[in-house]
Amino acid sequence: MIRLLARIGAPALGLLAVTGRLAIFTARTLSHLARPPFHGRELGRALFQIGWLSLPVVGFTALFTGGALALQIYAGSDRFGAQEAVPQIVAIGMVRELGPVLVGLMVAARVTSSIAAEIATMKVTEQIDALVTLSTHPLKYLVLPRVLAATLVVPALVAVGDVIGIMGGWIVATERLGYVSGPYLRSSLDFLERVDWISSLVKGGVFGFLCALLGCWFGMTSGRGAMGVGRATKGAVVAAAIAILAANLLLTEAFFAA
Amino acid sequence: MSTPAISVRGLRKSFGATPVLDGIDLDVARGESLVIVGGSGTGKSVLLRCILGLMRADAGTIRLDGQDATGGAPEAFLRRFGMLFQGGALFDSLPVWRNVAFRLLHDGMPPNEARARAVAALAAVGLSGRVADLYPAELSGGMQKRAALARAIAARPSVLFFDEPTAGLDPILATVINRLIREQVTALGATAVTITHDLTTVRMVADRVALLHDGRLRWTGPVSAFETSDDPHVAQFITGRADGPIATLR
Ligand SMILES: Nc1ncnc2c1ncn2[C@@H]1O[C@H](COP(=O)(O)OP(=O)(O)OP(=O)(O)O)[C@@H](O)[C@H]1O
Ligand SMILES: [Mg+2]
Repeated sequence: MIRLLARIGAPALGLLAVTGRLAIFTARTLSHLARPPFHGRELGRALFQIGWLSLPVVGFTALFTGGALALQIYAGSDRFGAQEAVPQIVAIGMVRELGPVLVGLMVAARVTSSIAAEIATMKVTEQIDALVTLSTHPLKYLVLPRVLAATLVVPALVAVGDVIGIMGGWIVATERLGYVSGPYLRSSLDFLERVDWISSLVKGGVFGFLCALLGCWFGMTSGRGAMGVGRATKGAVVAAAIAILAANLLLTEAFFAA
Repeated sequence: MSTPAISVRGLRKSFGATPVLDGIDLDVARGESLVIVGGSGTGKSVLLRCILGLMRADAGTIRLDGQDATGGAPEAFLRRFGMLFQGGALFDSLPVWRNVAFRLLHDGMPPNEARARAVAALAAVGLSGRVADLYPAELSGGMQKRAALARAIAARPSVLFFDEPTAGLDPILATVINRLIREQVTALGATAVTITHDLTTVRMVADRVALLHDGRLRWTGPVSAFETSDDPHVAQFITGRADGPIATLR
Protein backbone atom coordinates (compact mmCIF):
# COMPACT_ATOMS: atom_id res chain seq x y z
CA MET A 1 0.00 0.00 0.00
CA ILE A 2 2.73 2.42 1.01
CA ARG A 3 4.78 1.33 -1.96
CA LEU A 4 1.81 2.04 -4.21
CA LEU A 5 1.41 5.49 -2.72
CA ALA A 6 5.09 6.16 -3.18
CA ARG A 7 4.90 5.05 -6.78
CA ILE A 8 2.06 7.44 -7.50
CA GLY A 9 3.36 10.16 -5.19
CA ALA A 10 6.85 10.58 -6.57
CA PRO A 11 5.89 11.41 -10.16
CA ALA A 12 2.97 13.51 -8.94
CA LEU A 13 5.30 15.57 -6.76
CA GLY A 14 7.76 15.78 -9.64
CA LEU A 15 5.04 17.08 -11.94
CA LEU A 16 4.00 19.62 -9.32
CA ALA A 17 7.59 20.82 -8.93
CA VAL A 18 8.02 21.19 -12.69
CA THR A 19 4.74 23.08 -12.95
CA GLY A 20 5.93 25.42 -10.23
CA ARG A 21 9.25 26.03 -11.96
CA LEU A 22 7.51 26.60 -15.28
CA ALA A 23 5.18 29.11 -13.62
CA ILE A 24 8.15 31.00 -12.17
CA PHE A 25 9.87 30.91 -15.56
CA THR A 26 6.73 32.34 -17.17
CA ALA A 27 6.33 35.06 -14.56
CA ARG A 28 10.01 36.04 -14.84
CA THR A 29 9.76 36.20 -18.62
CA LEU A 30 6.62 38.32 -18.57
CA SER A 31 8.10 40.66 -15.96
CA HIS A 32 10.56 41.77 -18.64
CA LEU A 33 7.61 43.25 -20.54
CA ALA A 34 7.69 46.10 -18.03
CA ARG A 35 11.46 46.61 -18.06
CA PRO A 36 13.36 48.18 -20.94
CA PRO A 37 15.42 47.71 -23.05
CA PHE A 38 13.28 45.87 -25.59
CA HIS A 39 14.81 43.78 -28.32
CA GLY A 40 12.73 44.88 -31.28
CA ARG A 41 15.01 43.27 -33.83
CA GLU A 42 14.58 39.89 -32.14
CA LEU A 43 10.81 40.37 -32.03
CA GLY A 44 10.76 41.15 -35.74
CA ARG A 45 12.81 38.09 -36.52
CA ALA A 46 10.51 35.91 -34.41
CA LEU A 47 7.37 37.31 -36.04
CA PHE A 48 8.81 36.54 -39.46
CA GLN A 49 9.98 33.05 -38.50
CA ILE A 50 6.85 32.02 -36.64
CA GLY A 51 4.21 33.84 -38.66
CA TRP A 52 5.21 34.31 -42.26
CA LEU A 53 7.25 31.12 -42.70
CA SER A 54 4.48 28.98 -41.17
CA LEU A 55 1.92 30.09 -43.76
CA PRO A 56 2.53 27.29 -46.32
CA VAL A 57 2.28 24.54 -43.72
CA VAL A 58 -0.86 26.04 -42.22
CA GLY A 59 -2.42 26.59 -45.65
CA PHE A 60 -1.93 23.02 -46.87
CA THR A 61 -3.01 21.49 -43.58
CA ALA A 62 -6.24 23.49 -43.53
CA LEU A 63 -6.97 22.98 -47.22
CA PHE A 64 -6.74 19.19 -47.13
CA THR A 65 -8.54 18.89 -43.82
CA GLY A 66 -11.40 21.14 -44.91
CA GLY A 67 -11.83 19.08 -48.04
CA ALA A 68 -11.83 15.78 -46.19
CA LEU A 69 -14.23 17.20 -43.61
CA ALA A 70 -16.74 18.15 -46.32
CA LEU A 71 -16.56 14.67 -47.84
CA GLN A 72 -16.98 12.97 -44.50
CA ILE A 73 -19.84 15.13 -43.29
CA TYR A 74 -21.61 14.76 -46.62
CA ALA A 75 -21.33 10.97 -46.35
CA GLY A 76 -22.65 11.06 -42.78
CA SER A 77 -25.46 13.55 -43.30
CA ASP A 78 -26.59 11.66 -46.39
CA ARG A 79 -27.99 9.03 -44.01
CA PHE A 80 -30.38 11.58 -42.50
CA GLY A 81 -31.06 13.46 -45.70
CA ALA A 82 -29.45 16.48 -44.06
CA GLN A 83 -27.08 17.46 -46.87
CA GLU A 84 -28.02 21.13 -46.67
CA ALA A 85 -26.27 21.27 -43.27
CA VAL A 86 -22.87 20.36 -44.77
CA PRO A 87 -21.58 23.94 -45.26
CA GLN A 88 -22.58 24.96 -41.74
CA ILE A 89 -21.04 21.93 -40.08
CA VAL A 90 -17.80 22.26 -42.04
CA ALA A 91 -17.62 25.95 -41.12
CA ILE A 92 -18.30 25.35 -37.44
CA GLY A 93 -15.96 22.36 -37.26
CA MET A 94 -13.16 24.33 -38.88
CA VAL A 95 -13.52 27.58 -36.99
CA ARG A 96 -14.34 26.23 -33.55
CA GLU A 97 -12.09 23.17 -33.37
CA LEU A 98 -10.04 21.94 -36.28
CA GLY A 99 -8.63 25.28 -37.39
CA PRO A 100 -7.07 26.24 -34.06
CA VAL A 101 -6.06 22.71 -33.06
CA LEU A 102 -4.44 21.81 -36.38
CA VAL A 103 -2.65 25.14 -36.67
CA GLY A 104 -1.53 24.77 -33.05
CA LEU A 105 -0.17 21.30 -33.68
CA MET A 106 1.60 22.37 -36.86
CA VAL A 107 3.14 25.31 -35.01
CA ALA A 108 4.23 22.88 -32.29
CA ALA A 109 5.88 20.72 -34.94
CA ARG A 110 7.51 23.56 -36.82
CA VAL A 111 8.15 26.30 -34.28
CA THR A 112 8.37 24.63 -30.87
CA SER A 113 10.89 22.14 -32.18
CA SER A 114 13.10 24.76 -33.78
CA ILE A 115 12.95 27.08 -30.76
CA ALA A 116 13.85 24.24 -28.40
CA ALA A 117 16.70 23.00 -30.59
CA GLU A 118 18.10 26.49 -31.16
CA ILE A 119 18.05 27.54 -27.52
CA ALA A 120 19.31 24.17 -26.30
CA THR A 121 22.23 24.38 -28.74
CA MET A 122 22.95 27.88 -27.50
CA LYS A 123 22.95 26.53 -23.98
CA VAL A 124 25.34 23.65 -24.62
CA THR A 125 27.73 25.87 -26.59
CA GLU A 126 27.81 28.47 -23.76
CA GLN A 127 26.08 31.12 -25.88
CA ILE A 128 23.56 31.71 -23.08
CA ASP A 129 26.43 32.28 -20.64
CA ALA A 130 28.01 34.61 -23.17
CA LEU A 131 24.77 36.61 -23.29
CA VAL A 132 24.89 37.02 -19.51
CA THR A 133 28.50 38.24 -19.62
CA LEU A 134 27.39 40.78 -22.25
CA SER A 135 24.84 42.23 -19.79
CA THR A 136 21.90 40.78 -21.71
CA HIS A 137 19.21 38.83 -19.91
CA PRO A 138 18.48 35.57 -21.76
CA LEU A 139 14.79 35.68 -20.80
CA LYS A 140 14.48 39.18 -22.19
CA TYR A 141 16.56 38.58 -25.30
CA LEU A 142 15.64 35.01 -26.26
CA VAL A 143 12.41 34.01 -24.55
CA LEU A 144 10.22 37.13 -24.42
CA PRO A 145 10.41 37.99 -28.15
CA ARG A 146 9.53 34.44 -29.16
CA VAL A 147 6.65 34.12 -26.70
CA LEU A 148 5.31 37.54 -27.63
CA ALA A 149 5.60 36.89 -31.37
CA ALA A 150 3.86 33.51 -31.18
CA THR A 151 1.05 34.85 -29.02
CA LEU A 152 0.43 37.69 -31.46
CA VAL A 153 0.86 35.88 -34.74
CA VAL A 154 -0.66 32.44 -34.22
CA PRO A 155 -4.21 33.91 -34.02
CA ALA A 156 -3.60 35.35 -37.48
CA LEU A 157 -2.40 31.94 -38.68
CA VAL A 158 -5.53 30.37 -37.21
CA ALA A 159 -7.75 32.89 -39.02
CA VAL A 160 -5.97 32.07 -42.27
CA GLY A 161 -6.34 28.35 -41.52
CA ASP A 162 -10.06 28.73 -40.77
CA VAL A 163 -10.72 30.53 -44.04
CA ILE A 164 -8.60 28.16 -46.14
CA GLY A 165 -10.25 25.17 -44.43
CA ILE A 166 -13.71 26.46 -45.35
CA MET A 167 -12.39 27.01 -48.88
CA GLY A 168 -11.13 23.43 -48.97
CA GLY A 169 -14.61 22.22 -48.03
CA TRP A 170 -16.17 24.52 -50.59
CA ILE A 171 -13.88 23.28 -53.40
CA VAL A 172 -14.70 19.64 -52.67
CA ALA A 173 -18.42 20.40 -52.22
CA THR A 174 -18.73 22.25 -55.50
CA GLU A 175 -16.39 20.07 -57.58
CA ARG A 176 -17.27 16.63 -56.22
CA LEU A 177 -20.58 16.80 -54.40
CA GLY A 178 -22.59 19.00 -56.73
CA TYR A 179 -23.24 21.97 -54.40
CA VAL A 180 -23.81 25.39 -55.94
CA SER A 181 -20.93 27.71 -55.21
CA GLY A 182 -22.64 30.94 -54.08
CA PRO A 183 -25.26 29.51 -51.73
CA TYR A 184 -22.68 27.11 -50.20
CA LEU A 185 -20.39 29.94 -49.28
CA ARG A 186 -23.19 32.14 -48.07
CA SER A 187 -24.61 29.51 -45.76
CA SER A 188 -21.10 28.77 -44.42
CA LEU A 189 -20.40 32.34 -43.49
CA ASP A 190 -23.89 33.42 -42.44
CA PHE A 191 -24.08 30.58 -39.98
CA LEU A 192 -20.93 31.52 -38.09
CA GLU A 193 -21.40 33.80 -35.10
CA ARG A 194 -19.03 36.27 -33.59
CA VAL A 195 -18.29 33.95 -30.67
CA ASP A 196 -17.09 31.26 -33.09
CA TRP A 197 -14.46 33.59 -34.50
CA ILE A 198 -13.50 34.96 -31.11
CA SER A 199 -13.02 31.49 -29.66
CA SER A 200 -10.91 30.58 -32.67
CA LEU A 201 -8.60 33.56 -32.21
CA VAL A 202 -8.34 33.18 -28.45
CA LYS A 203 -7.41 29.53 -28.88
CA GLY A 204 -4.79 30.61 -31.40
CA GLY A 205 -3.28 33.06 -28.93
CA VAL A 206 -3.20 30.53 -26.11
CA PHE A 207 -1.74 27.80 -28.32
CA GLY A 208 0.89 30.16 -29.72
CA PHE A 209 1.88 31.19 -26.20
CA LEU A 210 2.16 27.55 -25.11
CA CYS A 211 4.16 26.55 -28.19
CA ALA A 212 6.79 29.25 -27.75
CA LEU A 213 6.91 29.06 -23.97
CA LEU A 214 7.45 25.30 -23.91
CA GLY A 215 10.02 25.46 -26.70
CA CYS A 216 11.99 28.05 -24.74
CA TRP A 217 11.59 26.26 -21.41
CA PHE A 218 12.84 22.92 -22.74
CA GLY A 219 15.67 24.68 -24.53
CA MET A 220 16.78 26.64 -21.48
CA THR A 221 16.66 23.54 -19.26
CA SER A 222 18.38 21.29 -21.78
CA GLY A 223 20.99 18.77 -20.71
CA ARG A 224 24.52 18.68 -22.08
CA GLY A 225 25.70 17.63 -25.52
CA ALA A 226 23.87 16.57 -28.68
CA MET A 227 21.81 14.10 -26.67
CA GLY A 228 20.61 16.90 -24.40
CA VAL A 229 19.51 18.94 -27.43
CA GLY A 230 17.67 15.95 -28.91
CA ARG A 231 15.89 15.22 -25.67
CA ALA A 232 14.92 18.87 -25.17
CA THR A 233 13.47 19.07 -28.67
CA LYS A 234 11.46 15.89 -28.35
CA GLY A 235 10.19 16.86 -24.91
CA ALA A 236 9.18 20.32 -26.09
CA VAL A 237 7.12 19.07 -29.04
CA VAL A 238 5.35 16.37 -27.03
CA ALA A 239 4.62 18.75 -24.16
CA ALA A 240 3.36 21.47 -26.51
CA ALA A 241 1.06 19.05 -28.37
CA ILE A 242 -0.46 17.72 -25.16
CA ALA A 243 -0.76 21.19 -23.67
CA ILE A 244 -2.57 22.39 -26.80
CA LEU A 245 -5.07 19.53 -26.73
CA ALA A 246 -5.73 19.96 -23.01
CA ALA A 247 -6.07 23.74 -23.29
CA ASN A 248 -8.42 23.23 -26.23
CA LEU A 249 -10.75 21.14 -24.12
CA LEU A 250 -10.78 23.77 -21.37
CA LEU A 251 -11.36 26.60 -23.83
CA THR A 252 -14.15 24.78 -25.63
CA GLU A 253 -15.74 24.16 -22.26
CA ALA A 254 -15.37 27.84 -21.36
CA PHE A 255 -16.80 29.15 -24.63
CA PHE A 256 -19.47 26.67 -25.60
CA ALA A 257 -20.60 24.55 -22.64
CA ALA A 258 -24.28 25.23 -22.25
CA MET B 1 45.99 48.80 -0.67
CA SER B 2 42.81 49.39 -2.67
CA THR B 3 40.09 46.71 -2.79
CA PRO B 4 41.00 43.94 -5.20
CA ALA B 5 39.00 43.64 -8.42
CA ILE B 6 38.35 39.99 -7.65
CA SER B 7 38.47 38.33 -4.28
CA VAL B 8 37.60 34.68 -3.69
CA ARG B 9 37.59 32.85 -0.36
CA GLY B 10 37.08 29.16 0.36
CA LEU B 11 35.47 28.41 -3.00
CA ARG B 12 34.28 24.82 -3.33
CA LYS B 13 32.54 23.03 -6.16
CA SER B 14 31.87 19.32 -6.70
CA PHE B 15 30.09 17.44 -9.42
CA GLY B 16 28.38 14.51 -7.75
CA ALA B 17 30.94 12.98 -5.43
CA THR B 18 33.96 14.40 -7.27
CA PRO B 19 35.31 17.63 -5.81
CA VAL B 20 36.71 19.86 -8.55
CA LEU B 21 37.45 23.01 -6.57
CA ASP B 22 38.36 22.33 -2.98
CA GLY B 23 38.90 25.62 -1.18
CA ILE B 24 40.22 28.28 -3.56
CA ASP B 25 41.51 31.58 -2.12
CA LEU B 26 42.39 34.14 -4.74
CA ASP B 27 42.85 37.90 -5.04
CA VAL B 28 43.37 39.78 -8.26
CA ALA B 29 44.37 43.41 -7.84
CA ARG B 30 43.04 46.13 -10.11
CA GLY B 31 45.17 46.49 -13.23
CA GLU B 32 46.89 43.18 -12.63
CA SER B 33 47.23 40.33 -15.10
CA LEU B 34 46.87 36.92 -13.50
CA VAL B 35 47.54 33.78 -15.49
CA ILE B 36 46.10 30.49 -14.23
CA VAL B 37 47.82 27.31 -15.36
CA GLY B 38 47.09 23.72 -14.49
CA GLY B 39 46.51 20.31 -16.02
CA SER B 40 43.62 19.72 -18.37
CA GLY B 41 40.42 18.94 -16.46
CA THR B 42 41.59 20.40 -13.15
CA GLY B 43 38.78 22.95 -12.97
CA LYS B 44 40.19 26.16 -14.44
CA SER B 45 37.13 26.87 -16.58
CA VAL B 46 34.85 25.89 -13.69
CA LEU B 47 36.67 28.42 -11.50
CA LEU B 48 35.94 31.27 -13.92
CA ARG B 49 32.31 30.18 -14.26
CA CYS B 50 31.91 30.09 -10.48
CA ILE B 51 33.46 33.54 -10.05
CA LEU B 52 30.90 34.94 -12.51
CA GLY B 53 28.00 33.04 -10.97
CA LEU B 54 27.33 31.22 -14.26
CA MET B 55 27.70 28.12 -12.13
CA ARG B 56 26.63 28.07 -8.50
CA ALA B 57 29.53 27.26 -6.13
CA ASP B 58 28.84 24.87 -3.24
CA ALA B 59 30.60 27.05 -0.69
CA GLY B 60 32.79 30.12 -0.41
CA THR B 61 32.45 33.83 -0.98
CA ILE B 62 33.16 35.91 -4.06
CA ARG B 63 33.62 39.66 -4.11
CA LEU B 64 33.87 41.66 -7.32
CA ASP B 65 35.00 45.27 -6.99
CA GLY B 66 34.45 44.91 -3.27
CA GLN B 67 30.78 43.94 -3.72
CA ASP B 68 29.43 40.57 -2.66
CA ALA B 69 28.87 38.51 -5.81
CA THR B 70 28.30 35.09 -4.32
CA GLY B 71 24.83 34.85 -5.90
CA GLY B 72 26.02 36.04 -9.33
CA ALA B 73 28.02 38.92 -10.76
CA PRO B 74 26.33 42.31 -10.22
CA GLU B 75 25.09 44.20 -13.28
CA ALA B 76 27.46 47.08 -12.69
CA PHE B 77 30.42 44.69 -12.81
CA LEU B 78 29.23 42.93 -15.97
CA ARG B 79 28.76 46.22 -17.79
CA ARG B 80 32.53 46.73 -17.71
CA PHE B 81 33.42 43.09 -18.27
CA GLY B 82 34.47 40.97 -21.23
CA MET B 83 35.04 37.27 -21.53
CA LEU B 84 36.50 34.91 -24.07
CA PHE B 85 34.93 31.47 -23.59
CA GLN B 86 37.00 28.36 -24.19
CA GLY B 87 34.71 27.32 -27.06
CA GLY B 88 34.25 30.85 -28.41
CA ALA B 89 30.48 30.90 -27.79
CA LEU B 90 29.77 33.22 -30.71
CA PHE B 91 26.05 33.72 -31.42
CA ASP B 92 25.57 31.71 -34.58
CA SER B 93 22.38 33.51 -35.57
CA LEU B 94 24.27 36.81 -35.94
CA PRO B 95 26.95 37.82 -38.46
CA VAL B 96 30.44 38.22 -37.03
CA TRP B 97 30.34 42.01 -36.82
CA ARG B 98 27.07 41.97 -34.84
CA ASN B 99 28.68 39.47 -32.49
CA VAL B 100 31.70 41.69 -31.97
CA ALA B 101 29.59 44.84 -31.63
CA PHE B 102 26.95 43.12 -29.50
CA ARG B 103 27.43 45.19 -26.38
CA LEU B 104 27.91 48.42 -28.32
CA LEU B 105 24.69 47.88 -30.28
CA HIS B 106 22.76 47.08 -27.14
CA ASP B 107 24.13 50.18 -25.48
CA GLY B 108 22.53 52.12 -28.30
CA MET B 109 25.51 52.94 -30.51
CA PRO B 110 24.41 53.68 -34.10
CA PRO B 111 25.00 50.62 -36.33
CA ASN B 112 27.58 52.14 -38.68
CA GLU B 113 29.67 53.41 -35.80
CA ALA B 114 29.39 50.05 -33.99
CA ARG B 115 30.33 48.27 -37.18
CA ALA B 116 33.44 50.40 -37.57
CA ARG B 117 34.44 49.59 -34.00
CA ALA B 118 33.82 45.88 -34.70
CA VAL B 119 35.99 45.95 -37.81
CA ALA B 120 38.77 47.65 -35.84
CA ALA B 121 38.53 45.01 -33.08
CA LEU B 122 38.62 42.27 -35.72
CA ALA B 123 41.73 43.82 -37.24
CA ALA B 124 43.37 43.81 -33.82
CA VAL B 125 42.99 40.02 -33.65
CA GLY B 126 44.22 39.60 -37.23
CA LEU B 127 40.88 39.18 -39.00
CA SER B 128 40.28 41.14 -42.20
CA GLY B 129 37.15 43.21 -42.80
CA ARG B 130 35.91 40.52 -45.19
CA VAL B 131 35.09 38.34 -42.18
CA ALA B 132 32.71 40.92 -40.68
CA ASP B 133 29.71 39.86 -42.76
CA LEU B 134 30.26 36.13 -42.53
CA TYR B 135 28.42 33.97 -39.99
CA PRO B 136 30.38 32.21 -37.23
CA ALA B 137 29.71 28.80 -38.82
CA GLU B 138 31.64 29.97 -41.90
CA LEU B 139 34.86 30.57 -39.93
CA SER B 140 37.60 28.13 -39.03
CA GLY B 141 38.07 27.15 -35.39
CA GLY B 142 40.94 29.56 -34.82
CA MET B 143 39.09 32.37 -36.61
CA GLN B 144 36.06 31.83 -34.38
CA LYS B 145 38.29 31.99 -31.35
CA ARG B 146 39.78 35.27 -32.52
CA ALA B 147 36.37 36.75 -33.39
CA ALA B 148 35.22 35.82 -29.89
CA LEU B 149 38.30 37.54 -28.50
CA ALA B 150 37.41 40.63 -30.53
CA ARG B 151 33.93 40.51 -28.99
CA ALA B 152 35.44 40.34 -25.50
CA ILE B 153 37.57 43.46 -25.96
CA ALA B 154 35.42 45.53 -28.35
CA ALA B 155 33.70 47.58 -25.63
CA ARG B 156 37.04 48.22 -23.85
CA PRO B 157 36.05 46.53 -20.58
CA SER B 158 38.01 47.04 -17.40
CA VAL B 159 37.92 43.39 -16.33
CA LEU B 160 38.67 40.60 -18.80
CA PHE B 161 38.64 36.80 -18.58
CA PHE B 162 40.35 34.79 -21.30
CA ASP B 163 39.90 31.01 -21.38
CA GLU B 164 42.76 29.60 -23.46
CA PRO B 165 43.11 32.52 -25.88
CA THR B 166 45.88 30.95 -27.98
CA ALA B 167 44.70 27.33 -28.11
CA GLY B 168 44.51 26.21 -31.72
CA LEU B 169 46.38 29.22 -33.16
CA ASP B 170 49.63 29.22 -35.10
CA PRO B 171 52.67 30.64 -33.22
CA ILE B 172 52.65 33.92 -35.12
CA LEU B 173 49.01 34.67 -34.37
CA ALA B 174 49.55 33.49 -30.81
CA THR B 175 52.13 36.23 -30.40
CA VAL B 176 49.69 38.80 -31.82
CA ILE B 177 47.04 37.68 -29.34
CA ASN B 178 49.41 37.60 -26.38
CA ARG B 179 50.54 41.14 -27.19
CA LEU B 180 46.94 42.25 -27.52
CA ILE B 181 46.03 40.87 -24.10
CA ARG B 182 49.09 42.45 -22.52
CA GLU B 183 48.15 45.75 -24.15
CA GLN B 184 44.68 45.64 -22.56
CA VAL B 185 46.39 45.54 -19.19
CA THR B 186 49.37 47.82 -19.76
CA ALA B 187 47.86 50.44 -22.06
CA LEU B 188 44.20 50.37 -21.06
CA GLY B 189 44.64 49.52 -17.39
CA ALA B 190 42.34 46.50 -17.43
CA THR B 191 42.39 43.64 -14.95
CA ALA B 192 42.87 40.31 -16.72
CA VAL B 193 42.57 36.66 -15.75
CA THR B 194 43.91 34.32 -18.42
CA ILE B 195 43.79 30.55 -18.46
CA THR B 196 46.43 28.90 -20.58
CA HIS B 197 48.59 25.84 -21.17
CA ASP B 198 50.97 27.88 -23.25
CA LEU B 199 54.22 28.92 -21.53
CA THR B 200 54.75 31.70 -24.06
CA THR B 201 51.45 33.20 -22.98
CA VAL B 202 52.53 32.95 -19.35
CA ARG B 203 55.73 34.84 -20.14
CA MET B 204 54.12 37.50 -22.30
CA VAL B 205 50.88 38.11 -20.41
CA ALA B 206 51.33 37.43 -16.72
CA ASP B 207 52.16 39.71 -13.84
CA ARG B 208 51.35 36.87 -11.51
CA VAL B 209 50.88 33.15 -12.05
CA ALA B 210 48.70 30.65 -10.17
CA LEU B 211 48.90 26.90 -10.60
CA LEU B 212 45.71 24.94 -9.99
CA HIS B 213 46.07 21.33 -8.95
CA ASP B 214 43.82 18.95 -7.03
CA GLY B 215 41.22 21.62 -6.39
CA ARG B 216 43.61 24.14 -4.84
CA LEU B 217 46.02 26.81 -5.96
CA ARG B 218 49.29 24.98 -5.25
CA TRP B 219 51.56 27.83 -6.20
CA THR B 220 51.01 31.54 -6.65
CA GLY B 221 53.72 34.06 -7.33
CA PRO B 222 55.12 36.72 -9.63
CA VAL B 223 55.94 35.58 -13.14
CA SER B 224 59.64 36.23 -12.50
CA ALA B 225 59.63 33.51 -9.83
CA PHE B 226 57.57 31.04 -11.86
CA GLU B 227 60.28 29.55 -14.04
CA THR B 228 62.88 29.41 -11.31
CA SER B 229 60.50 27.97 -8.71
CA ASP B 230 61.58 24.71 -7.12
CA ASP B 231 57.96 23.74 -6.41
CA PRO B 232 57.62 20.23 -7.88
CA HIS B 233 54.21 21.01 -9.45
CA VAL B 234 55.52 24.11 -11.21
CA ALA B 235 58.70 22.36 -12.30
CA GLN B 236 56.74 19.46 -13.75
CA PHE B 237 54.36 21.80 -15.56
CA ILE B 238 57.23 23.75 -17.12
CA THR B 239 59.24 20.75 -18.23
CA GLY B 240 56.18 18.71 -19.22
CA ARG B 241 57.55 15.56 -17.61
CA ALA B 242 55.03 12.73 -17.29
CA ASP B 243 56.35 11.70 -13.87
CA GLY B 244 55.85 13.97 -10.89
CA PRO B 245 53.16 15.10 -8.47
CA ILE B 246 50.71 15.95 -11.30
CA ALA B 247 49.25 12.60 -12.34
CA THR B 248 48.60 12.02 -16.03
CA LEU B 249 45.45 10.00 -15.41
CA ARG B 250 42.63 12.43 -14.64
N1 LIG C 1 28.63 20.88 -16.00
C1 LIG C 1 29.43 19.91 -15.55
N2 LIG C 1 28.91 18.76 -15.08
C2 LIG C 1 29.69 17.79 -14.60
N3 LIG C 1 31.04 17.86 -14.54
C3 LIG C 1 31.63 18.96 -15.00
C4 LIG C 1 30.86 20.04 -15.53
N4 LIG C 1 31.71 21.02 -15.92
C5 LIG C 1 32.95 20.57 -15.64
N5 LIG C 1 32.92 19.34 -15.09
C6 LIG C 1 34.07 18.56 -14.61
O1 LIG C 1 34.88 19.44 -13.88
C7 LIG C 1 36.24 19.18 -14.15
C8 LIG C 1 36.95 20.46 -14.51
O2 LIG C 1 36.45 20.96 -15.73
P1 LIG C 1 37.04 22.27 -16.41
O3 LIG C 1 36.26 22.49 -17.65
O4 LIG C 1 37.06 23.36 -15.41
O5 LIG C 1 38.52 21.85 -16.73
P2 LIG C 1 39.71 22.76 -17.25
O6 LIG C 1 40.69 22.89 -16.15
O7 LIG C 1 39.16 24.00 -17.84
O8 LIG C 1 40.33 21.83 -18.36
P3 LIG C 1 40.85 22.20 -19.84
O9 LIG C 1 42.19 22.80 -19.65
O10 LIG C 1 40.92 20.89 -20.51
O11 LIG C 1 39.85 23.14 -20.43
C9 LIG C 1 36.30 18.12 -15.21
O12 LIG C 1 36.64 16.92 -14.59
C10 LIG C 1 34.89 18.04 -15.75
O13 LIG C 1 34.57 16.71 -16.02
MG1 LIG D 1 38.80 24.71 -19.64
